[in-house]
Amino acid sequence: QAKYKERGTVLAEDQLAQMSKQLDMFKTNLEEFASKHKQEIRKSPEFRVQFQDMCATIGVDPLASGKGFWSEMLGVGDFYYELGVQIIEVCLALKHRNGGLITLEELHQQVLKGRGKFAQDVSQDDLLRAIKKLKVLGNGFGIIPVGGTYLIQSVPAELNMDHTVVLQLAEKKGFVTVSEIKSSLKWETERAKQVLEHLLKEGMAWLDEQAPEEPQYWLPALFTELYSQEITPEEAKEAIP
Amino acid sequence: MDRFSWTTGLLELGETLVVQQRGVRLSDGEEKVKFDSGVLLLSTHRLIWRDQKNHECCIAVPLSQIVFIEEQSSGIGKSAKIVVHLHPASSNKEPGPFQSSKYSYIKLSFKEHGQIEFYRRLSEEMTQRRWESIPTGQAMQVNKNTQAGRIRAVGIVGIERKLEEKRKETDKNISEAFEDLSKLMEKAKEMVELSKSIANKIKEKQGDITEDETIRFKSYLLSMGIANPVTRETYGSGTQYHMQLAKQLAGILQTPLEERGGIMSLTEVYCLVNRARGLELLSPEDLVNACKMLESLKLPIRLRIFDSGVMVIELQSHNEEEMVASALETVSEKGSLTADEFAKLVGMSVLLAKERLLLAEKMGHLCRDDSVEGLRFYPNLFLTQS
Repeated sequence: QAKYKERGTVLAEDQLAQMSKQLDMFKTNLEEFASKHKQEIRKSPEFRVQFQDMCATIGVDPLASGKGFWSEMLGVGDFYYELGVQIIEVCLALKHRNGGLITLEELHQQVLKGRGKFAQDVSQDDLLRAIKKLKVLGNGFGIIPVGGTYLIQSVPAELNMDHTVVLQLAEKKGFVTVSEIKSSLKWETERAKQVLEHLLKEGMAWLDEQAPEEPQYWLPALFTELYSQEITPEEAKEAIP
Repeated sequence: MDRFSWTTGLLELGETLVVQQRGVRLSDGEEKVKFDSGVLLLSTHRLIWRDQKNHECCIAVPLSQIVFIEEQSSGIGKSAKIVVHLHPASSNKEPGPFQSSKYSYIKLSFKEHGQIEFYRRLSEEMTQRRWESIPTGQAMQVNKNTQAGRIRAVGIVGIERKLEEKRKETDKNISEAFEDLSKLMEKAKEMVELSKSIANKIKEKQGDITEDETIRFKSYLLSMGIANPVTRETYGSGTQYHMQLAKQLAGILQTPLEERGGIMSLTEVYCLVNRARGLELLSPEDLVNACKMLESLKLPIRLRIFDSGVMVIELQSHNEEEMVASALETVSEKGSLTADEFAKLVGMSVLLAKERLLLAEKMGHLCRDDSVEGLRFYPNLFLTQS
């Protein structure tokens, strides 16, 4: 019995030693790669996508830790973690306008503005990856597919499938009515109203009772006219508590 | 030993490093030579030995020269060895340390172990014979335009030509980058496979692996960005790094917490810490893993997770339940308050204000009025007036 146990430990030790050595080798390879192509990662969003996809395919998360090799040697970490900070700031600043829902387009525009003229180019794919990492902070970050794009949620409000599908319905015109929900989704009035009221309470929808036929529920996140509206100084203060 | 040639030790184009091992001594057949302590490198094309003390001293032999290899296990006072039988040296061989030798084999002594792995890799390379299919060239010359010369191009034609060259250069850079990336990923994949194999062994053994080994394994996974397949209750996904980080955070956050009433959301902490660092930022996961260790390390700050999933850092001295009592007073004074209003009054973030009011409700001090106008909290008169 004892002999088997001993052998077991020896096996693990041997493999660990092997892994340690291979890790050193890999680090060397990565350093070599970095010395030749680090610029590529910083400059090219396309290259970043390739890089991320390849990592995902083999089961490696280059953004898991700032202490990982990828982060340390390729600088991918800092790029995305800093982006995370900028995303949080924009979402906080605009939360009172849109209840914590914002389209990926608007987020992209606002982040680019915040980064200034001389910063590196940042793509929507970059934003999505940064947001996926932010989820773990428990602040309610979420990504909701709507139409051809995404709504980014940045508050811990619970949005279930019903809410999501109504958001998707509203994406076309920026607003939705009870009748539309009933006819498109074949729901009963009560169910439609519950969903809309929840969105109102969360500040994600505004009610226009003076619309001609019936009340319209508008989603500020989807107001295209509000895009590229500057973040006011008051809002900016809100972003940095 | 006369099959070896002097070399710079630089890998050539197309040549890839397979494995390397320190502490290797070379012998000419049965005789010792002055190559006593070096790093032995195996590439797809050559066996390279570099003196550990004098890096200028570097020799190599092409793998194509190898006839076959044998293992010699270690004994008392003797390291394990690999015996490498070689073809006679070719006539156009580059000059090396020996002009002649009476032996047709050399011995590699692994004074610092590693012979099992090295033997395995060398056998693989001998089977695959990659040197036959991958041509190598000289390491890159600095001046690429030796052949073409620098054509002085003038006018629009010249500009166009320059742009074309630049574009080709960029394309070449990108495709070279992608090629290199693919190769790199293959190696990373090997690491993932190995870690899975180790993880399986750990699962099977169920505790025959020491705490020390667990810690080492976790740090290897962290370096590669491989998800930890074996969770340990003691520290979760935490590693030594996260432990250190936890201690650092306790120091950094003391004052900010005091300034903010003893409590901050994890997103606030993430932004604060990373803005302060500027470089070598923390990943969100780093922060969470470090915070999960705060309690067990008995640090003056702690992680708390509300029912909603919101995560906060509190000073140990902070008592949210006590704050609820003062929140109740505030709400009573005003009759009723929404999270927004309360936040403005008290000078808190809306997120934390809401959590406090929800907690007060959970404790029975407040009631909610949930209408389309928003969520409003009232003192719970059912409780106080019954």
